[in-house]
Amino acid sequence: MGFSCFCVAVKIMKETLLLLEPHILKTFLTGRQFFANFVGGFVFLVIGLLSFSAVEANDFELTLKDLGHKSRSKIKKAVKNLGNQGNPAALPALQALKDNRLRVSEDGTLIILNESGDAGREVLTDKQVDVKSLELSKPRINNSVRRALSATIGKLQLQSTDTNIRLSAAKQLLKKSSSSLVELVEKALAVETNDEIRGVFNLVLAKEGLNSDDKIKRIESLKIIREFGNNDFKSVLEALLKKNEKDEFLESDSEIRGDAEKALSSIETRQFFINQIANLFYGLSLGSILLLAALGLAITFGLMGVINMAHGEMLMIGAYSTFLIQNLFKQYLPNFFDWYLIAAIPTAFIVSGIVGIIMERSVIRHLYGRPLETLLATWGISLILIQTIRLIFGAQNVEVANPSYLSGGVQAFNGVVLPYNRIAIIVFVVLVVISVWTLLQKTSLGLQVRAVTQNRKMASCMGISTNKIDMYTFGLGSGVAGLGGLALSQVGNVGPELGQLYIVDSFMVVVTGGVGKIAGTVAGALGLGVINKFLEPVAGAVLGKIIVLVLIVILIQKRPQGLFAPKGRMIDN
Amino acid sequence: MIKNIITLHSYKGWSFIFSLLAIATILLPILNIWVPEDSALHVPNYMFALMGKYLCYALVALAIDLIWGYTGILSLGHGVFFSMGGYAMGMYLMRSVGKEGVYKSDLPDFMVFLDWKELPWYWYGFDSFAFTLLVILFLPGVFAFTFGYFAFKSRIKGVYFAIITQAMTFASMLLFFRNETGFGGNNGLTDFKRILGYSLQEPSTKISLYIITACVLFFSYILSRYVVQSKLGRVLTAIRDAESRVMFSGYNTIHYKLFIWTLSAFLCGIAGALYVPQVGIINPSEMQPSNSIEMAIWVAVGGRGTLSGALIGAGLVNGAKSWFTVAAPDYWLYFLGGLFIVVTLFFPKGFIGIFSRLFLKNKVKEST
Repeated sequence: MGFSCFCVAVKIMKETLLLLEPHILKTFLTGRQFFANFVGGFVFLVIGLLSFSAVEANDFELTLKDLGHKSRSKIKKAVKNLGNQGNPAALPALQALKDNRLRVSEDGTLIILNESGDAGREVLTDKQVDVKSLELSKPRINNSVRRALSATIGKLQLQSTDTNIRLSAAKQLLKKSSSSLVELVEKALAVETNDEIRGVFNLVLAKEGLNSDDKIKRIESLKIIREFGNNDFKSVLEALLKKNEKDEFLESDSEIRGDAEKALSSIETRQFFINQIANLFYGLSLGSILLLAALGLAITFGLMGVINMAHGEMLMIGAYSTFLIQNLFKQYLPNFFDWYLIAAIPTAFIVSGIVGIIMERSVIRHLYGRPLETLLATWGISLILIQTIRLIFGAQNVEVANPSYLSGGVQAFNGVVLPYNRIAIIVFVVLVVISVWTLLQKTSLGLQVRAVTQNRKMASCMGISTNKIDMYTFGLGSGVAGLGGLALSQVGNVGPELGQLYIVDSFMVVVTGGVGKIAGTVAGALGLGVINKFLEPVAGAVLGKIIVLVLIVILIQKRPQGLFAPKGRMIDN
Repeated sequence: MIKNIITLHSYKGWSFIFSLLAIATILLPILNIWVPEDSALHVPNYMFALMGKYLCYALVALAIDLIWGYTGILSLGHGVFFSMGGYAMGMYLMRSVGKEGVYKSDLPDFMVFLDWKELPWYWYGFDSFAFTLLVILFLPGVFAFTFGYFAFKSRIKGVYFAIITQAMTFASMLLFFRNETGFGGNNGLTDFKRILGYSLQEPSTKISLYIITACVLFFSYILSRYVVQSKLGRVLTAIRDAESRVMFSGYNTIHYKLFIWTLSAFLCGIAGALYVPQVGIINPSEMQPSNSIEMAIWVAVGGRGTLSGALIGAGLVNGAKSWFTVAAPDYWLYFLGGLFIVVTLFFPKGFIGIFSRLFLKNKVKEST
C-alpha cells in the first residue's frame, strides 16, 4: 500500500532527524504532531511507532471507507473520527464529499471525480479508474454532516504541511472563531514556525481570550489586538464599549474599557493610513491610464491646436487590436499565449497610428486654423469608427484576458492587494512617457516638432516641412493613444464605447495641465487620478467626479492656459 | 420700434413667413379635424407630436445659431439649458399627476419607490403653473449668465470654451443620473397625465401644444432677427470675425457675449419646456455630451449665421434621423458622421450656402 510505504519512509527520516536536533523534528512534525506524544527512548520509539502506525493506518483506512457508508450517522461519525485522528491525507476525500464529487463503487471503493465529472481517481491508491464502466453511488449527506465536514476540514488544514493551506485555514478561523477551537489553535500554535501564521493564531486566541474570566488574560488579549488587529476586530471592541438601556456600561471593568478604547483607536488609525496608501496607489493607477489617454491628445492639441474628438476612438482601436492579437495567439500559438501582450504593443501602436495618419491626411489637414470645425469633423469620424467596430465585433464588450503573469496581486498590507496588472500599467506608462519625452527632446524629429509647435510659420521658413511633421505627430499621438487602449484592455471592459468614457477626462487633463508640455500632462493626469480616488470614499464616485469637474472649471478661470502654460504675452490671431 | 420690426424683412419675406405660419397653425389642424381620415389630405394625429418635437429642435437650433453662427462661440452645453426647461416642466407635470400614479400617493412615483416621505424643498412650488413658468423663463438664463460671466471674464474662448461647456454638460448628466438628486435618476420624469387640467393623451391637447410651439418659434425668430439686425447684432458678428479688434475699438465684448449667451440659453430652456409635454419624458440622456454636439450639427447643416438656415438644418437632420432609425438603423451613425465631415469640409455655409449658390447662378444666367 502506498500509504504505509510513505509512513515507513517518514519514520526512517524522523529517526535520523531525532538524533541530530530535536528542534528540527518539531518543525518537521508540524503536520503530524500527533506523534510528538510518543517521543521517548530511541529504540522504544521505533517499536512504538511501528506498532502504532500500523494500527493508525488501518484505522484511518477503515474510517475513510465509512465516508461512503449508506447511513448518514455513520458518515458523520467517520468525519469526526478523521478530524480526531488528524491525518491531513483525508483532506481530498473530505473536500470531495463536501463538493458532491465523492462516489462509491459497488465494492465500497471511494472514488473522487474531477471537476467536470468525466474521470475519477481512487482515494487510497490515487489510481485512475474508468468511471463509465463502474456502477457508482453517491453518499447522501445533510446539513449536519456538512457542518461536521467544514469543522473537520478546517482542523485538518491547520495540520497540513503546506504553508498556504495552513494560512488560509487560520484566516478562516479568525473570521468565525469559537471557544471550542481554542485548544486546537493552542496546539497548532505550539508547533507553528511560520511567523505570519503564528500572528493569525495569536489573533484568534486573543479574540477568544476577550471572553475569558481571567482579567489578565483579557488585558493581554487586548494588547495583542491593539498591536496586530484589523478592521474585523472593530465590532468586537465596540461591543465592549456599549451601554445598556440604563446607560450603564455592559463591561463593568473600566480598565478593560480603557484598553479596548485604545485598541479601537489604534486599529482605526492604522486602517486610515492603509486606506490612504491604497487610495494613493489606485489614484496613481487611474492617473497613469488617464495619462496614456491624454498624452497623445496633448501632443496633437499642442502641435496643431486641433481638438481631436476621435482621440478616444484611438484608445478603442488599440484595445481592439490587443483583442485581435490575443485571439490570433489563442488560435495559432496557444503555447505562447502569455506572450500575446508583448506582441500587441507594437501592433496597437501601429494600427492606431495608421488610423490617425489616415484621419489627418484625409480630413484634419484641410481644417487647420479652424479649430471648431475640426472639433465637429473629428466627432463625425468618431461616430463612424464606433459604428464600424460595432458592426464588425458587435455591440457587446469583448473579453481580453490577462496573461498569467499579470493576474493576481501582491498583498501589501492587511486587506490591501495591489494587482499585478495595475502595477504593470504604471511601469508601462513610465516607459512610454520616457520614450515620448526622449523622442521629443533628443531627436531631430522632436526638434522639428517643437519648432512647429512654437511657431509654425517660422519653422516653415526655416525649411521644415510642416506638412510632414503634422502627419508624423498625429500618427505619434494616435499611436500613444493606442498603447493606452492596450493598457485599458488589461484592467477594464473593451467595448465600442470605450473611448467615449475617457474622452472628457482626457480633455480635462490637457486643459488642466496646459498645452504642449509633457510635464503639464503628467501632473494633470496624476493629479486628477489621485484627487478622484481620494474624493471617492468621502463623496461617492459620481459626486467626486462632479467636484473634480467643478474644480477644473474654477481652475481654468484662474489659469486659462493651464497649470504649466509657457510664460509670455500673446494675443490670439 | 414697430417700424424697426416691420423693416426686418421685405414685403415678400413677410408674406412668406406669415403664409408658413398660417399653414402650420391653421391649415394643418383643419386638415386633421375636417378632412375625413381616409382622405389623402388628412393629417394624422401622430404627425402633430412629431412636428411639435421638430419645432422644439428648431428653436434649439435658433438659439445655437445666435451664439455660434453669429458670435462664433461654440457651446457644447446647450443640452443642459434644454434639460433645465424640460425638467422644470416635467416637475410641474409630475405634480399635476396627483394621486393617480401607480402607488396612489401624493408624491411622484419614483419618490415612493425610493421610500421618500416628503417632497424635497426644491420641488416646492411646482404645483403652480405660474411658478413653473417663472422657473422655465429665468432659471436657464440666470444659470447661463453666472457661468458665462466667469467664463468670459477670464477670456475663455474657442475650443477651451467648448470643452468646459462640455464638462459642465457631463457633470450635470452625472448629477441627474443619481437617484439622490431627486429628479428620478436614470428614468427621469415620465408618465405624465395632464397639463393645466387637459389630458395629454387627447389629440386636441397635442394639437394645441403644437400650435403654441409654432407660435413661440415664430416670435423667437422675430426676436432673434431683431437682435441680429440691430447694431448689437453687428457687434456680435464683429466679435466672431475679429474679437481683438472689437476690443481695441473700445467695446467691452464681455457684455455683448454675455447678453447673447443668456438669450440663447433662455430660448433653449423654453424649447425644452415645450418639448417635454409633447414627447412625454425627460431623462438625463438629454444631457449626454453627444446630444449637445448633435445640436451644433443641425446649425452647421442648415447654414451658420443665417437664422433660416438653423431652422432648416434642424428639420433636415432630424427628418433624416427619423427616417434612418426606422429604415436602416445600422447606418444612421455613418450618415450622421459623414454629415459632420462633409459639411465642415465642403459646405461650410451649409444648406443655405448651396441654395444661394444655385440661386445666384440662375440670376447670373438670367442677366446674360
